[in-house]
Amino acid sequence: MNVTRGFAGRARVRNDGLPPGQYDARDDWPVLSAEVTPELATSQWTFTVGGLVAEERTWSWDEAHALPPSSYEGDIHCVTSWSKFGVRFAGVSLDAFLDLARPAAEATHAVAYSHTGYTTNLPLADLTGGRAWIVWEYGDEPLPAEHGGPARLIVPHLYFWKSAKWIAGIRLLDHDEPGFWEQNGYHHRGDPWEEQRYSGD
Amino acid sequence: MYSPTSVPSPTSVPSPTSAPATRFAVPGRIAVSNGTAATWQRATLTEIRRETPHAATFRFAVPGWAGHLPGQHLMLRLRAEDGYVAQRHYSIASPPDDEGHVELTLDHVDGGEVSGWFHTVAEPGDEVELRGPLSGFFAWPGDRPALLIGAGSGVVPLMSMVRHHRARNLAVPLRLLVSARGPDELIYASEYGAETTAVYTRSAPAGVPVGRVAAAHVARLLADPPEGGWEAYVCGSNGFAEHASRLLVDAGQPVDRIRIERFG
Ligand SMILES: Cc1cc2nc3c(=O)[nH]c(=O)nc-3n(C[C@H](O)[C@H](O)[C@H](O)COP(=O)(O)OP(=O)(O)OC[C@H]3O[C@@H](n4cnc5c(N)ncnc54)[C@H](O)[C@@H]3O)c2cc1C
Repeated sequence: MNVTRGFAGRARVRNDGLPPGQYDARDDWPVLSAEVTPELATSQWTFTVGGLVAEERTWSWDEAHALPPSSYEGDIHCVTSWSKFGVRFAGVSLDAFLDLARPAAEATHAVAYSHTGYTTNLPLADLTGGRAWIVWEYGDEPLPAEHGGPARLIVPHLYFWKSAKWIAGIRLLDHDEPGFWEQNGYHHRGDPWEEQRYSGD
Repeated sequence: MYSPTSVPSPTSVPSPTSAPATRFAVPGRIAVSNGTAATWQRATLTEIRRETPHAATFRFAVPGWAGHLPGQHLMLRLRAEDGYVAQRHYSIASPPDDEGHVELTLDHVDGGEVSGWFHTVAEPGDEVELRGPLSGFFAWPGDRPALLIGAGSGVVPLMSMVRHHRARNLAVPLRLLVSARGPDELIYASEYGAETTAVYTRSAPAGVPVGRVAAAHVARLLADPPEGGWEAYVCGSNGFAEHASRLLVDAGQPVDRIRIERFG
């Protein structure tokens, strides 16, 4: 690609934590969502693990909070090019839910879906082994509604559209099934280090 | 494959197909051409038009441009000598054009890396790279009655819709509510017609009230609904998008017929 005449970029500090094509949003946390932010009370919130599992299970807010706490501290990367460093989310590891629902041996993929109907697909391997969480706190505060509160999925090693806001459940499948943005031209996996933004990347 | 830490699967597992049916707005209504969206294309700046003291329109020739629908956006990339790249999303301002041109309208963001280059360095003849069009979700092909609500540069994708409506002489109802700080800050001011209501938040011409978009504006916008109802498109900063979409819901617009584009 050609150099853009007269473009030097902002004075930059070298940052090895920044995947290709991303910039540091610093104190900003942009909101990107195509939906109206729902007013979802914690008493209405449930989380279900279904599909190819030994036992489909649904947790209420209190039941989910009774599971062993787990948190994520690290970076997040949005497909619209911003990254945010050193964020802290607290909730429960997705492994804790999966261990109780017991995925079938043939389960290879999952569709995560929200209380609003948003969907996104993920290989099951991206959701297990301490790499995905259901979270309800950001910093030490309850997760704001516009960022997915009362609870959202986070899968921080993938672009953030995979981290479904207002999470309602995951459904395990024996095949891959594109979700909302994936049907709208986004990459099926979304690895920021491979710069898998749009289908064809 | 899942590596189970507990019991293996039983035999009576239901055969899942997908997530439960939802009320979320018609995904995939508009098919996006995956191949073209993946390709970076060279774009030559051909014209710069000032819109307001803080916004200007940049017209590009993109010979291989596959076309777009009103409301879609693209990704733009600039590269420095040392290989550093900056990429940002911009809504497409121009209506569909089969001659390989697109127009973007950029606000000059204080200290902005990409908008700063455009507003202080760019000249006709300069080359940048684009990929797109992206995201069919916010697109409006001109098929359904549409209510458009935008603030600041949020009017950009909505203007593509208004221009498309005019260029094709479409009969389908279209209404635009646009919010700006004042008349000087109103992007595309000279192009609006009877479909548009402008709301001024800081200063207004004599006799025009100053204030935010309010329930009364939205009620007027939603009045006399066409058969089948309206499709609503909201675009702007997150704060504005939250405010306007909440007003629409309170006024009775179904949530699954509100599409939102947030500029961050
Ligand atoms: C789908 C979509 C469509 C969009 N469409 C449009 C459009 O039609 N028109 C439009 O104008 N915008 C649009 N935007 C916004 C656009 O993508 C950019 O965010 C905007 O142009 C600002 O980019 P920038 O590079 O100029 O500013 P940035 O460099 O990203 O800076 C943004 C702000 O952060 C500060 N900042 C961030 N990092 C640093 C740093 N290291 N040092 C100093 N300051 C810093 C800057 O001072 C500035 O205030 C759209 C966004 C999306 C997601």
